[in-house]
Amino acid sequence: MSASIPSAASTRFLRDAFVEPSAPPANMVGPLAWIRERLFSSIGNAILTLATLAFIVWIVPPLLRFFILDSVWTGADREACLSKAGEEVGACWAFVRARFGYFMYGQYPQALRWRVDLTGVLCVLGAVWLLWPRVPQKGWGAVYFFIIFPICAFILLSGSSWLGVEQVPTNLWGGLLVTLVISIVGIVVSLPLGVALALGRRSKLPIVKFFSIVFIEFVRGVPLITVLFMANVMLPLFLPEGMRPDNLLRVLIGVALFAAAYMAEVVRGGLQAMPKGQYEGAMALGLNYPQMMTLVILPQALKIVIPGIVNTFIGLFKDTSLVSIVGIFDLLKTVEVSLADSRWATPVTRPTAYAFAAVIYFIFCFGMSRYSMWMERRLSTGHKR
Amino acid sequence: MSAMSEHAPQERGSLLYDPKVRGYAWQIVLFLIVAFLFYEAYANAVENLTKAKIASGLGFWNNISGFDIGQSLIQYSAATGTYGRAFWVGLLNTLMVASIGCVLATILGFAIGVARLSSNWLVARLATVYVECVRNVPLLLQLLIWYNAVLKPLPNPRESLRFFNDSFALNNRGLYVPDPTWQAGAGVVGWTFALGVLGAILFRWWARRQQAGTGRQYPVGLVALALIVVLPGLVFLIMGRPVEFAYPVLQGFNLRGGVQIFPEFAALLVGLVTYTAAFIAEIVRAGIVSVNRGQTEAANALGLRNGPTLKLVIIPQAMRVIIPPLTSNYLNLTKNSSLAVAIGYPDLVQVFMGTVLNQTGQAIEVIAITMLVYLTISLVTAGFMNWYNARKALVER
Repeated sequence: MSASIPSAASTRFLRDAFVEPSAPPANMVGPLAWIRERLFSSIGNAILTLATLAFIVWIVPPLLRFFILDSVWTGADREACLSKAGEEVGACWAFVRARFGYFMYGQYPQALRWRVDLTGVLCVLGAVWLLWPRVPQKGWGAVYFFIIFPICAFILLSGSSWLGVEQVPTNLWGGLLVTLVISIVGIVVSLPLGVALALGRRSKLPIVKFFSIVFIEFVRGVPLITVLFMANVMLPLFLPEGMRPDNLLRVLIGVALFAAAYMAEVVRGGLQAMPKGQYEGAMALGLNYPQMMTLVILPQALKIVIPGIVNTFIGLFKDTSLVSIVGIFDLLKTVEVSLADSRWATPVTRPTAYAFAAVIYFIFCFGMSRYSMWMERRLSTGHKR
Repeated sequence: MSAMSEHAPQERGSLLYDPKVRGYAWQIVLFLIVAFLFYEAYANAVENLTKAKIASGLGFWNNISGFDIGQSLIQYSAATGTYGRAFWVGLLNTLMVASIGCVLATILGFAIGVARLSSNWLVARLATVYVECVRNVPLLLQLLIWYNAVLKPLPNPRESLRFFNDSFALNNRGLYVPDPTWQAGAGVVGWTFALGVLGAILFRWWARRQQAGTGRQYPVGLVALALIVVLPGLVFLIMGRPVEFAYPVLQGFNLRGGVQIFPEFAALLVGLVTYTAAFIAEIVRAGIVSVNRGQTEAANALGLRNGPTLKLVIIPQAMRVIIPPLTSNYLNLTKNSSLAVAIGYPDLVQVFMGTVLNQTGQAIEVIAITMLVYLTISLVTAGFMNWYNARKALVER
């Protein structure tokens, strides 16, 4: 104790800085704690973790070895992919490389494949325009994608004698090209048709409602393959003599009608989710039925059901593989046909080709589903509770 | 229209703008268009069929089919079987794969759905990877992979893979499992089992009443296990194991004995189950997530432990969300079983819309019958599940 007592003004027992928090116990934070918490929180959990690890160790390395480490990337024929002197041979990617053009374009003439590429670029442009929220002028984007692009695509892919573009019959089309043509036409046709059917089903006019219900329930009640058989075998019977739509067009009609019925149910869900006040408000403003639907109801209803619509698109994309059963050369069919080629007949060719097809389908479907999730998050801002 | 509006009273305004009249006009136009399309289709079909000299009607139904079917649940042979019989064979095969598939897909789907929500990071991740990989690849491709890339490259019967002391065999002609034949005394085991089931039901009823009356709980699960599994098992041992198995043995180039599960059936079943399970898993996950977290907390606050919380609080509420989409997945599985045509499993589409259609050429009848069958299955299943759903739905007061 010093003798001089400090004045009251200078005596302050206040902190002007926080005490540094002491570090949490080492086993409560960091990777170790995470492992304890998420993997070994109890004995049962630990057993589960170890069993899962064992499963992963059992399944992943062989796949990795087969598809990457032991795989063959170059070679002109089956010799490259045959096992020599007892060594393990992995996936035969050389086969996929040799057949890549066929998998993508089918028998589309080599010299004209740039037209397919150009169509692809136009399609990507339209898709980005419509799907990327930052790009302005969505109205024109829709006009481009739903009217201008289909016409351009038709002229580019199929050719036109009138414009002097060399014609390519559809039986030469194949591979991913056909898969994409069927799914994009399916999407472009089924969305408006589905909206129309959904409106018809909710309509107060009995005959319109009846036809819509019968169509939707009938199509949803039967497998796509029967619809495709119907389009393939029965459609020519129902048309007058001399009117024989080509094979691709037949399945296009079948796929589009099939998808439209599913789309209609998705859209109906959105319409039903609209509060009655929206209809009444629109009517109070003096809007007539088309105005009410296009300006008030549909923009909101479609926004709600974007995930459902994208799910239908994903289903449609996967379902295009069924056209191979009725003899259309889509991606799956070109893969199957290539497998019959004796020049590449090895035990590893088939798994390789299937893996390749699976990866292509996966990329498209996974991409679509991720986009829909992203869009859902974007649109739901402000509605969070 | 304009002629009519002249006669209309002035104050009603033009009939052209009367919504009712417009409604009728639209409907009449639509009806006429549809009727015209149907008439045209009918007329063209009649003309095309007469030109192609294809018979119409169901006369083919009782004709001898003359083709063989690989597997059949009912008696059928190429020499005596009719097209009608072939139809029933195909239909039964479809129903068999669909019903087994629904049960297995539900079990697998629930397991994966719960695994996706597991607190164990590794398990949840693995389940997610499974769901994403399976959902984003077409079922047809998966069936081809199972059939052509997994089951077909299996060794031939001579070099069959053998499991469990040679009682199971797997080769490129299918999976062979032991064929049980019951010996004398097996009836007693069967009766014990039936009594055990009955006893378990009675005990559960009694335990419920006790709990309602006194609040005491009894171990229903354990008692049921003892009555249904342990008791018949003991009797089975006491009676001296009254069952004999016929094991698959190699005779010539093929295996004899045992029950053969054809690779087509196995591939279709495995493909359908794994594919549909991924969708069911997502439904189950959504259903469980949809139950408000407050429900779990309230249950914990009441003193329920994790198991009873899940069983008594979460799952009953989640089921309301799960059942409607589950129904549509059962229907999807049934409809997807038609992809059997790609791998040669003799289902309705493969037998009837494939072979019978090719032989008779009567496309309209055959396709219409096939579609009607699927439509009926869909409507019956949907009706049943709607009834079940109505029972389980939230009763709002």
